[in-house]
Amino acid sequence: MVHYFDIVIRSIFLENLPLSFFLGMCTFIAISKQVKAAVGLGAAVLFIQVITVPINNLIYTYLLKPGALAWAGQPDLDLSFLGLLTYIAIIAAVVQILEMVIDRFLPALYNTLGIFLPLLTVNCAIFGGTLFMVERDYTFGESVAYGFGSGAGFFLAVVVLAGIRERLEYADPPAGLRGLGLTFVTVGLIAMAFMGLAGLEM
Amino acid sequence: MAETNLKLLTSSVFKRNPIALLVLGICSSLAVTGQMTTALVMSICVGLVTAFSSMTISLVRHQIPSSVRIGLQIIVAATLVILVDQVLKAYYFSLSKQLSIYVGLIITNCILMGRAEGFAMSNPPLPSFIDGIANGLGYGFILMSVAFVRELLGSGSLFGIEILPLTTNGGWYLRNGLLVLPVCGFFLIALIIWTLRTLDPRQQEKE
Repeated sequence: MVHYFDIVIRSIFLENLPLSFFLGMCTFIAISKQVKAAVGLGAAVLFIQVITVPINNLIYTYLLKPGALAWAGQPDLDLSFLGLLTYIAIIAAVVQILEMVIDRFLPALYNTLGIFLPLLTVNCAIFGGTLFMVERDYTFGESVAYGFGSGAGFFLAVVVLAGIRERLEYADPPAGLRGLGLTFVTVGLIAMAFMGLAGLEM
Repeated sequence: MAETNLKLLTSSVFKRNPIALLVLGICSSLAVTGQMTTALVMSICVGLVTAFSSMTISLVRHQIPSSVRIGLQIIVAATLVILVDQVLKAYYFSLSKQLSIYVGLIITNCILMGRAEGFAMSNPPLPSFIDGIANGLGYGFILMSVAFVRELLGSGSLFGIEILPLTTNGGWYLRNGLLVLPVCGFFLIALIIWTLRTLDPRQQEKE
């Protein structure tokens, strides 16, 4: 149990996807002007991450890993080179299905998350989460913990950034730094603050 | 024709640089800038994949139904990235370990999708190919500038060759630990954007 908790804490604070691996920066920067939109985006990422990372873990363990097809009588087969293509297809399919399901059964949630879902199909944070899961050889349980932790980390980071950017509206920076430049400085400072938690372990 | 192709090439590196001005593709770009070598390899990979995917998309652009075009672009990109990934793993294993997941992440690179959607869908194969190369160069330009500062000041070397002798090896240069950390990538990008936008005020954002 402590082990899973450790994975969650690590992926939220120490190995935060946007802040320490620069993943999902495009959406991270683009949709952090207002806290309300940022909360919607963060929730959508968290939601998709919790679902896609474990699904891809199952696909990897039972279909792609070297020797994974032993249950089908093909113990020598190694399909791991198909990984990239499969994961992206799975993510696209899951996002599409989710969008339809939420639209049909939870219209209120759809109004908050809906517009962000299509954006997240080709998001580096979602795809990167899956790739890290494969690279670190997580078990199914660990992948659920990692999916939740990395999604929550993105949520936290994007909401914090949006909160600061709302206040920065009133600042008066040099013309060249206005907007994008200043946002990058802010992200750098937030990342430094998160680094202060390094060494935190269960 | 040749002149417009050349114009296409230069404008993507400086005037319409995808990272600095359009904020595209920064996702994967900063994490590999700790060393010049990884940055160079990453730029080459991105340039090649963008160029060939643009060319492929452009070749079949009249046959693609518009409702499935995004899916098709992703499949073309993913196939090319798998090729690059396999070549790296076969011939440059240690490099491919250093680049870790970032080679795979080229698939979701916004430059790639942006060029396929924005240029290759409406232009013939050759200009699309050149446009891809040019955007790869523009991407490489930013990546290499960041890597230059980070490796020189952070580790005192360039391409792994010692330029500033470190105090730990009996030299005079005390290395700056901050530049080794991912955090400084954000600050360096901010400085680059600031410089480019001061030189070209049309790019500045309105209040």
